[in-house]
Amino acid sequence: MDIQLTCLHEEHIALGAKMSPFAGFDMPIQYSGITEEHLAVREKVGMFDVSHMGEVFITGPDAEKYVNHIFTNNVIGMVPGKILYGMMCYPDGGVVDDLLVYKYADKFLLVINAANIDKDHQWMLDNKDGFDVNIDNQSASWGQIALQGPLAADFIKHIGLSDADLQSSLDLGFYEFCDFGDYIVSRTGYTGEDGFEIYTTPEKTVALWRSFLSAGVAPCGLGCRDTLRFEAGLPLYGDELSAEISPVMAGLSMFCKLDKEEFIGKDALAVQKANGTAKKLVGIEIHDRAIPRAGYAVELEDGTEVGTVTTGYHSISLDKSICFALVNSEHSKLGTALSIRIRKKVFPGEVVKKRFYQTNYKK
Amino acid sequence: MSKVIEGLRYSESHEWVKVDGEFAFIGVSDFAQAEMGDITYVDVPSVDDEFAKGEEFGALESVKASSDLYMPVGGVVVEVNDAVVDAPELVNQDAYENWLIKIQMSDPAEAEGLMDAAAYNEFTAK
Repeated sequence: MDIQLTCLHEEHIALGAKMSPFAGFDMPIQYSGITEEHLAVREKVGMFDVSHMGEVFITGPDAEKYVNHIFTNNVIGMVPGKILYGMMCYPDGGVVDDLLVYKYADKFLLVINAANIDKDHQWMLDNKDGFDVNIDNQSASWGQIALQGPLAADFIKHIGLSDADLQSSLDLGFYEFCDFGDYIVSRTGYTGEDGFEIYTTPEKTVALWRSFLSAGVAPCGLGCRDTLRFEAGLPLYGDELSAEISPVMAGLSMFCKLDKEEFIGKDALAVQKANGTAKKLVGIEIHDRAIPRAGYAVELEDGTEVGTVTTGYHSISLDKSICFALVNSEHSKLGTALSIRIRKKVFPGEVVKKRFYQTNYKK
Repeated sequence: MSKVIEGLRYSESHEWVKVDGEFAFIGVSDFAQAEMGDITYVDVPSVDDEFAKGEEFGALESVKASSDLYMPVGGVVVEVNDAVVDAPELVNQDAYENWLIKIQMSDPAEAEGLMDAAAYNEFTAK
């Protein structure tokens, strides 16, 4: 498959970003440096090109029933303007994708991972039998910028909305959105900080990127997007969620409403929840600056291998070497002594809470 | 354009060697530190560890990636630069001032086979 470019590709090149393929797109990994960009988001404000993300609209008389059928969270009775996080699962409880569902009065917007757009779209089509719905994959028609950081709200005015629409945007609570026609503005993100995600046409996305840039917003690449989401305890599809890693294993059961009438994967997830799973996702902190990276072995003190690291860093905000790891469930309790094998050495550590960093979302 | 110092020898895996009699200081090039970005961890061997030319002797880690270090010449480690272990960012600040290990070479002729500054400059320009 040819590599795809987002509408902001030329902007990244002009800024001298280090580019790399991600999810089929040529994406900026960093501009000034991962640490500097990470800190800009934690302390001030940064922006990310997330135009590669997918947008699928579900309309039709059965839209609500259908979304509830393919989605683990419960959309029945959702108020328009609200957003829910959850997963689409296979019948065995494995994850097709994790996504956001935006509730409109008469339709739903599903925001899905770039790497999974084609797979997800096909999954939606394959599971629409018996539902009177229209599934409209508009992924290629939308650009998206994530504006993130404690000062994000001060910069929303640069979108150029009317005074009333600007006020509505500022009044948004966490996981709420407004659709202004030209722009969808939602109070969401993937960094653990307050912030907004702004969806608009590719042309307007370029103009918006430039006005944020000239207002002093730091351009941030996928490098720090990963360090930020990781510290905030947020999973990345492919690393912490996958066809093999269910939401129950990942500790995300709260997003699976097992009291719902039905949804794909419900029975398997209910069994997992009741009986436990062989493996569980945990946080591990090691007492050294060495970095536990994806694929490294997790061991007991006697050298028995009991798991694998899924994501790990020397955390920029916490100055600790921490990771997510999938481990045998009997060794997943908080405080359990677990070591990570890094190259030829073994570094002792222990199981800690997965939310490493105290998030700062708008209340 | 990254900095290259005259008088040092360079490997294709971007380590440099400064020969001092039977001893040699080993570090990574300015090109290597620039490619890696912010270096956050330096994994170096212990004094008395012995390595052959081309053998992996440690690693540098940036936020995003780990990069293995290979011996440009064989020898026994006689000193480790603790300053760099304690403050890995020193390598970003000056990759030539901040050596990683000092070794006693097993065969000083091995250094002759490495690139000189001009050759390394050309090598990194490719």
